[in-house]
Amino acid sequence: MDYIYLDHAATTPLHQSVQSEMKEMISKAFGNPSSIHHFGRETRKVLDRARENVATSINAKFNEIIFTSGGTEANNLAIFGAVEANKDKGNHVITSEIEHHAVLHPFEELERKGYEVTYLPVDTSGTISMADFQKELRDDTIFVSVMTVNNETGIRQPVEKIADQLKDHQAIFHTDAVQAYGVESIDVNELPVDLLTVSSHKIYGPKGIGFLYKNHSIHVKQQLFGGEQERKWRSGTENVLAIVGFDQAIRSLKEELNSRKKHYEKLSNEFIKQLQASDVICSINGETSLRSPHIVNVSFEQTDVEQLLMNLDLEGIAVSSGSACTAGSINPSHVLTAMYGEEDARLRNSVRFSFGKDNNLDDIKRVVNTLEKITSRLRRLA
Amino acid sequence: MTDRSNIRVVVGMSGGVDSSVTALLLKEQGYDVVGIFMKNWDDTDEFGVCTATEDYEDVARVANQLNIPYYSVNFEKQYWDKVFQYFLDEYKAGRTPNPDVMCNKEIKFKAFLDHAVSLGADYLATGHYAQVDEQNGEVKMLRGVDRNKDQTYFLNQIPKDILPKILFPLGELDKKEVRELAKKHELATATKKDSTGICFIGERNFKEFLSEYLPAQPGNMETLNGEVKGKHDGLMYYTIGQRQGLGIGGAGDPWFVVGKNVKDNILYVEQGFHHDALYSDSLQAVDLNWLITDVPTEPFSCTAKFRYRQEDHAVTVYPANNLKEASVVFDEAERAITPGQAVVFYDGDICLGGGTIEEVFKENKPLAYLG
Repeated sequence: MDYIYLDHAATTPLHQSVQSEMKEMISKAFGNPSSIHHFGRETRKVLDRARENVATSINAKFNEIIFTSGGTEANNLAIFGAVEANKDKGNHVITSEIEHHAVLHPFEELERKGYEVTYLPVDTSGTISMADFQKELRDDTIFVSVMTVNNETGIRQPVEKIADQLKDHQAIFHTDAVQAYGVESIDVNELPVDLLTVSSHKIYGPKGIGFLYKNHSIHVKQQLFGGEQERKWRSGTENVLAIVGFDQAIRSLKEELNSRKKHYEKLSNEFIKQLQASDVICSINGETSLRSPHIVNVSFEQTDVEQLLMNLDLEGIAVSSGSACTAGSINPSHVLTAMYGEEDARLRNSVRFSFGKDNNLDDIKRVVNTLEKITSRLRRLA
Repeated sequence: MTDRSNIRVVVGMSGGVDSSVTALLLKEQGYDVVGIFMKNWDDTDEFGVCTATEDYEDVARVANQLNIPYYSVNFEKQYWDKVFQYFLDEYKAGRTPNPDVMCNKEIKFKAFLDHAVSLGADYLATGHYAQVDEQNGEVKMLRGVDRNKDQTYFLNQIPKDILPKILFPLGELDKKEVRELAKKHELATATKKDSTGICFIGERNFKEFLSEYLPAQPGNMETLNGEVKGKHDGLMYYTIGQRQGLGIGGAGDPWFVVGKNVKDNILYVEQGFHHDALYSDSLQAVDLNWLITDVPTEPFSCTAKFRYRQEDHAVTVYPANNLKEASVVFDEAERAITPGQAVVFYDGDICLGGGTIEEVFKENKPLAYLG
């Protein structure tokens, strides 16, 4: 069967250039970058080059990049590290109800540790409101984390406005930019955040690597203890080969960002257009004008999400929805729950389509045709 | 080999050896096999551990060995509403429910069947020890070849019209052969222990589990003549014919539960395995479901089981006018017939259907003390 992969928000394949670069380096750069001999220096050179490139990609400084094992670890370090370093200034922290679990669950842990946590709600547009944010921000707020682009709906959040609000406030601002980084150019001077998370495997790089941008002026307490790597903010021998791949993925992204963006726009617009022209009964979740081009979250009336996903997979189309529990069954999405409330049918009939650079218009056509077939059968059986 | 690659079979996979071998056999027969794990119960503990996780992981391992797609489907809500509520209600009424019968009726051969159909399945398969066979142009359900494992008792309530859509590949095998097949093919579940007890209770203490959902009301244990013999912990913890856990000492034969009085919260006990009060000669069955086309309207003789893994007993069935109920008269008096359990009818190997035991009689008088 020919498979169509439309789950790029979950992970992406390795870019061709990343594969070549990693193959090339797999036999070189084996030394430990902390070693003070030739082999160590050779690897250190590679690592420094990558760090420089990563920093440049967001207009940050060389010493503001902390490599981590990925987005989850970067988020954990940002949240626990910054809150712990600033706990004398207050006990209140703010996040949103639609964050990725790698942010939400650390905040729930903060709650258990005694911090007062405000979870900003969203409306049906899928964004938090600045009025809510202003209302909840207090003098003793020490930390705020709001994602740049939501991973389920693709809806962009008003992070610039939050950063602006916090300019003269003690609170540290973190944004999880895992979904945004691959579809927009981020400049930490224009988007003045203190902490920013990026993951490699969402941008055609290898899994197991990511970084946390940490503005040099703020304090973060280390969460992993051991050696002095990453200036002690992240102990453990650097995952050099993955960093090499990540570095190359970022170089390719830089070259291709505009064309990729246009490509995603073309695909998702065409997808929506064809869906609307078809027999499929559906609606797009979230405010379309705020949607990032690579993600479309669609509700299919009178269907069931588990049946949809399995049917699509059996037809060779890979998509996803919400998150799976450890026993494989699908939990209702906390993002859609925040948007529509617990009783809304859309929680149980929505699917996320996320496009990638290798998808084409033929894919879109086949997906829409398949959806026509599947949804009409499911509606008939409903 | 017949080309069956265009025939889709959805297999209910529990992570146990039986359903693993079911999937294996179907795959070997060339079907387009899709494995699905049903998550019916959430027992996630404070550490986030849930027993379904391990079972699902086993499903994934076996499905990958067989190179078939696998998924998990969540029926927690349906299971709670249709099976667990019934289970609690029956206990509240002083009866002994059979959740496996209800699970087959409402979940595996209804909600799950619907799900399979939604995936374009031509057949639904499970690892039950039973057979579906066409005889004289009629699809019938037969006992599994392994008499000791035969599970038709639990399947008596599934609708007849779905039988042509059901496959029970294990029906022709005995358990030993199933284990051997699993070992021969090195399936990940080959040596996994069989699950015991009611699925949602698992290995936990039954009494403790039930007390989380139903308040226990301790009361008196009395003989049928009203002689108080001790205290019981709550009627729901006892079933008819039970000997264990009564704690009545003294001389003579051991004591047995012979009945319950829900209204006055009394547990009736008498001495001796063969005490007269444990014996009855007929019962009233309700919610009859027939697995044969010619639904009986006239009295007929057949054999019946009153509980799982029991020998067959010769009976005569007198269908009521509404055909949903029947009076079942035993050739010989039977011990410890329990309201709430299923009565299932057989003609040789054919499972004719069954119902729920509503009332039990001796010499035409209802045994009122049976709850």
